[in-house]
Amino acid sequence: MASSDNSPQLSPVVLEMHNVSVPTAREPAGVALEGVEWIVRRDEYWAIGGLSRSGKSDLLAVAAGLLRPVSGESKLFGTDLFTCNEAEQIAVRRRVGFVFDGGQLLHDLTLEENVALPLLYHLPSDEKGLAERVQALVALTDLEPWAGRHPADLSRNWQQRFGLARALALQPELLFLDDPLSGLDPRDAGWWIEILAKLAAGHALLDNRPLTLVVTGNDLRPWRGRARRFALLQDRNFIALDAQSGLDSGGQPALDELLRPWHASIPS
Amino acid sequence: MPESDTALIWRAPFPRSYVNFLGHKLLRFLGTVQGLVAFLLITLGVLGTNFRVARPVIRPLLLKHLARAGLYLLPMTTFLALALGLVVIGQTVSQLTRFGVTQLLGTVMVSAIVRELGPLLAAGLVLCRAGAANVVELGTARAQGEVESLESLGIDPIHYLVVPRVVGMAVGMFALTVYLIIGSILSGYLWAFAQDVPLRPGDYFRQLAEALNGLDFLLLAAKTFAFGTAISVITCYHGLAQPLALSGVSRATVRAVGQSLIACAIIDAVFIIVYLVA
Repeated sequence: MASSDNSPQLSPVVLEMHNVSVPTAREPAGVALEGVEWIVRRDEYWAIGGLSRSGKSDLLAVAAGLLRPVSGESKLFGTDLFTCNEAEQIAVRRRVGFVFDGGQLLHDLTLEENVALPLLYHLPSDEKGLAERVQALVALTDLEPWAGRHPADLSRNWQQRFGLARALALQPELLFLDDPLSGLDPRDAGWWIEILAKLAAGHALLDNRPLTLVVTGNDLRPWRGRARRFALLQDRNFIALDAQSGLDSGGQPALDELLRPWHASIPS
Repeated sequence: MPESDTALIWRAPFPRSYVNFLGHKLLRFLGTVQGLVAFLLITLGVLGTNFRVARPVIRPLLLKHLARAGLYLLPMTTFLALALGLVVIGQTVSQLTRFGVTQLLGTVMVSAIVRELGPLLAAGLVLCRAGAANVVELGTARAQGEVESLESLGIDPIHYLVVPRVVGMAVGMFALTVYLIIGSILSGYLWAFAQDVPLRPGDYFRQLAEALNGLDFLLLAAKTFAFGTAISVITCYHGLAQPLALSGVSRATVRAVGQSLIACAIIDAVFIIVYLVA
């Protein structure tokens, strides 16, 4: 197991977790991960692999301050969201984006209204720039003709694209994506990988500032050569892979499983 | 002489399972009351601290829920007003005529409709049409992770989902009750006229004016706001306060409607005492 804080980069820490026990959202008494030690620095691009029910979504929820850890310390931009005051909490949340599995858009708003919501809520005085900004965010999804529809009119995958647009509305510095490639065909998966590469390099929507990314998935192959840091979730443990060797780190049965083509897992 | 079966039953200890059952129910009731009071206080706190926050988002939501608990219920309220006027007049006119005291018609209308039936009927209507919808909507939103979505965007779910419903429902409830009472009073005269009661409109409205006093207006406003607040807080609480699966939404709706009815009955009883004391 490699220590995650041995990063050769000296950029500032945006997320740190020390000895964190991650609860399961569906079973409050249960623990999905124990003793998580994880540091994410600015401009890093993390891909976290784990099989189904390994705790990927729960880990991201704790990291983003949406779920209280059972124990340990989790800080975003140096702030513990569960002990700070409300103003500090909102200030930190505005620096963090979260793309949920399936988008989790508000069903009674149109897709365009979903994208506009954080801007309208946090920056209501900038009405002039609002329409332009929303238009640019919707254009990012390549689904402009659907913008006036409600989430239920679109497939889950396309809802997730609007979830990305919504998460980018406030120009976050750190973006969590929960299993963005889940159930996608190669074309849609390619769209996500390409847009995330652009965001990591610096996108015009974010004033060309590189975005720190954390993605999860149950197949790490698409992220090979794209993400710069990797971690595994196995047997309730968070295992950060060596920064240098990445997916070429040997001796991890779980890693082999996450890199194996799915048809190779079928018994002959 | 052998003891009778009845005596044996009286001497038998109260079954432990019954005590457990009652204790469990009592604890659950106290827990619910505690949760509801905490939820109400949190909502009032958020309402106070975020009063001027994000008005372009909150104002349309508030108007939407105001319309839902008031404007959209006007057709049904009109029907109920006609029915209520008929019921009260139909039941009382014959008695009042028999004893020659038709001049008490206004007093009966004020006592029955303004103080009791109007607010209660309006509360029932708002509960059925808007309160139940609250639980279903919020329960579904909770089950589909929309609450976490709002939190991730730095939006307080109580501010976005609950405050507009509570304010909209309390104000809508008041307006709807006033409309229902006015409609019932007018329909009451219509039905009295149809039954050949020798009462001129001027006399009828004079009776009403004499039966009403300033306290009626004050308590009517307080009672309807209390009904609206209780219904909205209870329905929002059951929709939001606990993690729900979609399959649990119907059960939460039934529980919320039942508790709202009990809360309205308790509030009404408190106001009856206030009327009696005042």
